[in-house]
Amino acid sequence: MTAITQIRRNDQPIYLDYQATTPLDPRVLEAMMPYFTYKFGNPGSRSHSYGWEAEEGVEKARGQVAKLIGADEKEVIFTSGATESNNLAIKGVAEFYKDRRNHIVTTVTEHKCVLDTCRHLEQEGFTVTYLPVQQNGLIDLDRLREVVTDKTVVVSIMAVNNEIGVIQPLAEIGKICREKGAFFHTDAAQAAGKIPLDVEAMNIDLMSISGHKIYGPKGIGALYVRRRPRVRLVPMIYGGGQERGFRSGTLPTPLCVGLGEAAEIAMKEMDAEATRLTKLRDRMLKGLQAKLPEIYLNGDLERRIPGNLNISFAHVEGESLMMGIKNLSVSSGSACTSASLEPSYVLRALGVEEELAHTSLRIGLGRFTTEHEVETAVDELVRHVIKLRQMSPLWEMAQEGIDIKSIEWAAH
Amino acid sequence: MAYSEKLIDHYENPRNIGSLDKNSEDVGTGLVGAPACGDVMKLQIKVGADGLIEDAKFKTFGCGSAIASSSLVTEWVKGKTIDEAGTIKNTDIAKHLALPPVKIHCSVLAEDAIKAAIADYRAKTAKVDDPAKSTGKDESQAAAE
Repeated sequence: MTAITQIRRNDQPIYLDYQATTPLDPRVLEAMMPYFTYKFGNPGSRSHSYGWEAEEGVEKARGQVAKLIGADEKEVIFTSGATESNNLAIKGVAEFYKDRRNHIVTTVTEHKCVLDTCRHLEQEGFTVTYLPVQQNGLIDLDRLREVVTDKTVVVSIMAVNNEIGVIQPLAEIGKICREKGAFFHTDAAQAAGKIPLDVEAMNIDLMSISGHKIYGPKGIGALYVRRRPRVRLVPMIYGGGQERGFRSGTLPTPLCVGLGEAAEIAMKEMDAEATRLTKLRDRMLKGLQAKLPEIYLNGDLERRIPGNLNISFAHVEGESLMMGIKNLSVSSGSACTSASLEPSYVLRALGVEEELAHTSLRIGLGRFTTEHEVETAVDELVRHVIKLRQMSPLWEMAQEGIDIKSIEWAAH
Repeated sequence: MAYSEKLIDHYENPRNIGSLDKNSEDVGTGLVGAPACGDVMKLQIKVGADGLIEDAKFKTFGCGSAIASSSLVTEWVKGKTIDEAGTIKNTDIAKHLALPPVKIHCSVLAEDAIKAAIADYRAKTAKVDDPAKSTGKDESQAAAE
């Protein structure tokens, strides 16, 4: 089957939010279809061919996922998604080893499902260290080395950040964890299929993967659980003992097959896709920089996945910009849509000032992004940033040379 | 989130964007909000000899609702006396634009902006109305310029 280049309808906006979710690759859908229809058996049924057929599909998929990360297929268990995988990994090991170790290390820029799991464990009596990140979004390895002790049960550090796309030094982190005898868990939802991952070379003990971030279906994910040396987990869901007892429940065969197929395609096309996306990403960034002064990239540019940009457009509030660029689907770096008016905690963790954090957009490029879409996006963004700056009192002050920090603003 | 047609119209075709001379005696300027909170409104009124607001301009850094709220207010205050303009309530703005609950603060900010502009204008005219000041210093300054 030939690669598909366009999957959106012409009346739909240009999709530039690939870190939120990705469309299902039509090749993945094709692989899934038989398992929705005539190959409907329960993969747990051992007594007839319906069950065998379904099991075959699931086991092939398990192998495809394992291959993507350099694991053995026995080390991959299916879950409902990366949120469940993260919960199971962190709570599971913490619970199992709590008599010997009661300390967890993570970072301040993790996804909420890791941070909230850690908060929960703090209430259960665990001690959690939240490592800060540097201005480029990466952790300081020396600080990590200082905080991991012989009481640390697990170090949970994401492979790639969902807002700013930066890649943490996984191999170095894995080495430190191995030296200290702590397990290394990484949330690889944004990394799998996009950058090379190798659980052996990187000393990763637990890894979370999501289906819908890699052009697979929603509602499926995987957790890699190392067998040698063995990592033990207390399960969250009890029942029929599927998935080595770590995760009971009948497997959703079509979704497993979809995740497997998505993993295989991602692996096969990774290099070419990375080259293509880097070119598009650079074109987008340079296009914006050429026409707009005072825009700032958040997070390291070099140690970053190819499909992510996070840019502050100074003096233009992000939500109003998104309202203007109706033909582009991006997301705001700031969570202003909520009543809290809090800008992104990830950007704040990088030391991005609040007024600048309010002007940030996350732009995600992916498999179906075209050159034409990038050109259109640059034009739309430039047009609306200029328009909104003309009506921004902050831009006016900046042009007049007034330092907005010199003004005593009333907090509200 | 679906916004009302009126709100989108004010966002896409904002009325009265711009600035008036903030040093002019007949112009009142209100600057409210804070960049760190994600919205700042600058609203200016120019009051004619007859005591009616003859012009109003705004500039806003903020979400679409904040832009629409300030745009609407500039339309409403024109032709009103400053006393009348001072009675504009945030609830009227929110109702007219059908602001969703999380955006009510934008209408509050717009009300604050017009009140601040009126206060600034009043402070200026109070100085001018003071005979000791208006006859002496202000005119000589104007002449020097």
